[in-house]
Amino acid sequence: MSQAAVLSLDAIAFERDDNLLFSGVSVALEAGDILQVEGPNGAGKTTLLRIIATALNPTVGRLIWRGEDALRHRQTYLQNMLFLGHLPGLKQSLSPVENLQWWRRVHPDNTSLESLDVLARMGLRGYEDVPCYTLSAGQQRRAALARLLVTEAPLWVLDEPFTAIDKQGVAELEGLLVQHAERGGIVILSTHQDVGIPHIRRLQLTDMARVA
Amino acid sequence: MGQGFLAILRRDVLLAFRNRGEIANPVIFFFIVVTLIPLGLTPEASRLAEIAPGILWVMALLASLLSVEGLFLSDYRDGTLEQLVISPQPLYLMVLAKILAHWLISGLPLTLLAPVLGMMLSLPEAGYFPLVLGLLMGTAVLSLVGAIGAALTVALRKGGLLLSLIVMPLYMPVLIFGSSAVQRSVDGFSIEGPMAVMGALLAFSLLISPFATAGALRVSMHG
Repeated sequence: MSQAAVLSLDAIAFERDDNLLFSGVSVALEAGDILQVEGPNGAGKTTLLRIIATALNPTVGRLIWRGEDALRHRQTYLQNMLFLGHLPGLKQSLSPVENLQWWRRVHPDNTSLESLDVLARMGLRGYEDVPCYTLSAGQQRRAALARLLVTEAPLWVLDEPFTAIDKQGVAELEGLLVQHAERGGIVILSTHQDVGIPHIRRLQLTDMARVA
Repeated sequence: MGQGFLAILRRDVLLAFRNRGEIANPVIFFFIVVTLIPLGLTPEASRLAEIAPGILWVMALLASLLSVEGLFLSDYRDGTLEQLVISPQPLYLMVLAKILAHWLISGLPLTLLAPVLGMMLSLPEAGYFPLVLGLLMGTAVLSLVGAIGAALTVALRKGGLLLSLIVMPLYMPVLIFGSSAVQRSVDGFSIEGPMAVMGALLAFSLLISPFATAGALRVSMHG
């Protein structure tokens, strides 16, 4: 393991109901890395991302953030990590602005940007104040992704972020991820689409996980 | 640190206000059942007065049980619970905010409605004060205790039945001391004893429940 690694997964394995989902997943990520987790349906992509987000404990293995065990120093780690699961985490009867605002108070490491401006940048101008259940799936995904613009966390863990988003939105999101990586951030994402990001690293989840 | 607490409290009260129908459900249930009792049993004031303390307390307990199941369920289904569990803010504080919000929208209305229903059941005058005071503390205990059960069963497909089984034995002391306080007052005895026990139950559950609920949520989420 190199000294420069900011986040390392150390031989992570996960077992559910006596079925081994994956084992020996080891990756060392440095500042500026974008990692795409690939694999067929049911290979455990979401599970791996939830383990990295500490929403799930690995059966075996360690998660090391800046030289310290992330599970033991959870508080520090969580301040540096943003996780977007495949559920958008939006309250349907609240508006995008209200959703973003309560999230910002619960994850209080964010910038002084105005929530309304942020949503406008995500292409939700005019939809800030309507309940989320009236929005389309793509718009809801955008409302959730607005968190990327207000967080200062260096590590982004995104589960299928491109789902339901239109072509232009995909390009914008890719730009956002590249920009984040250029500023020294780390992105871990899972997707089935071909991503137009140069220098992307890939993690293939099969029976024996290995980094390409 | 208090920021997360206030954010969740505000959000949950706002959500309750937006989904008024769901929230009114336990209160309406409480109201309907108590209205039906004189029709089904007897309209005779003396006989109603005899059973009024017990009926009011049992119904308040069931109404609370009915609503506590949903405490974490919608948050679990839309992914916001996951965001809370991985928030750097202390989970027990946010959980306490959720419980407080639940009490404000279920326990408090029940308590305020109880005297009116007491009147419908011809509850003697001496019973009103211990009824309201008891429900004020008792419903808070029910919310706190129910939250532990709700957190344990949130990830299960059909958690409702299990929740009732887990929570019911813990609800018993509240019911026993709550209704006995009303009965004692009606019979002309002091209510200090049962009220002191109720206060102790509240203090104890307030101390234990946020931590137990936060722990149970982590267990549920880590499935």
